[in-house]
Amino acid sequence: MYLGKVYVSYKPSVLDPQGTVIQNKLGQLGFADVDSVKQGKYFEIKLKADTKQAAATQLEELTQALLINPNTETYRYDLEEVSA
Amino acid sequence: MKAAVVQFPGSNCDVDLVKALKQFDVAVDVVSHQQTDVFDYDALFLPGGFSFGDYLRSGAIARFSPIMTTVKQAAAAGKTVVGICNGFQILTEAGLLPGQLMQNETPGFICDQVGIEIENPATRFTKAYDRTEITLPVAHGEGRYYADEATVAQLNAQHQVVLRYQTNVNGSSDRIAGIMNEAGNVFGLMPHPERAVESLLGNADGQGFFRSLLVPVNVH
Repeated sequence: MYLGKVYVSYKPSVLDPQGTVIQNKLGQLGFADVDSVKQGKYFEIKLKADTKQAAATQLEELTQALLINPNTETYRYDLEEVSA
Repeated sequence: MKAAVVQFPGSNCDVDLVKALKQFDVAVDVVSHQQTDVFDYDALFLPGGFSFGDYLRSGAIARFSPIMTTVKQAAAAGKTVVGICNGFQILTEAGLLPGQLMQNETPGFICDQVGIEIENPATRFTKAYDRTEITLPVAHGEGRYYADEATVAQLNAQHQVVLRYQTNVNGSSDRIAGIMNEAGNVFGLMPHPERAVESLLGNADGQGFFRSLLVPVNVH
């Protein structure tokens, strides 16, 4: 069994209004050193696969099929073997 | 004209759309998103609402409903396909229209009557209008149309931008409120013409949209 941790974020060119609001509020709360905030999505996906390579292939396919919209979003992931 | 309004789990403008279509004597059925055999309809409508709770992204789950295979076939065959609000979000997620609907630039849900410019008055969705400035209701939290610059330039060049906001209420690219595909038979829009068909309720500017649909396609 493998555990994939998928991090989805907007491409740099895409406006993230939630991130901007959070950044503004952090500034008001005194966190003056916050330079920027981007809000993204995080998924934990457990996969049955025989090898880590097979798990990675599945994870990439399912992420591109549903988890992201390639117009605006990009992703990275971590993958580790876990007990069932 | 025989029309189908597709009901997804979470659709909430389906009944309004049926009532509006009936007001213009269109024969209309509500069909489940799980249905696959809807080939005998002339027009398919994807209504507003919150399909599958808008989980993940608006329209992202609905895109995989069984009926969407038929919707794609109908679109390819030149039949009329319209997505209003959540329906527009589904059409972009399904790749039937370019771009994507994103969270409004100013966070929050907008529920208002807004000024709309009919940018292309020669479409099968707008040709019955006798003026190019109208008012339509909007109600959305994720209505900001986004496409990259090249796509927006192409939409403008090919006259696929059908509606624009007079004031950019949600931060959409180039104030875009509604677009159609290259063939001109698939239309997605964030405003709700079906909520503006009775002067008794204060706004009848949506009537032109329904009247336009009833004009045969080859007559301009």
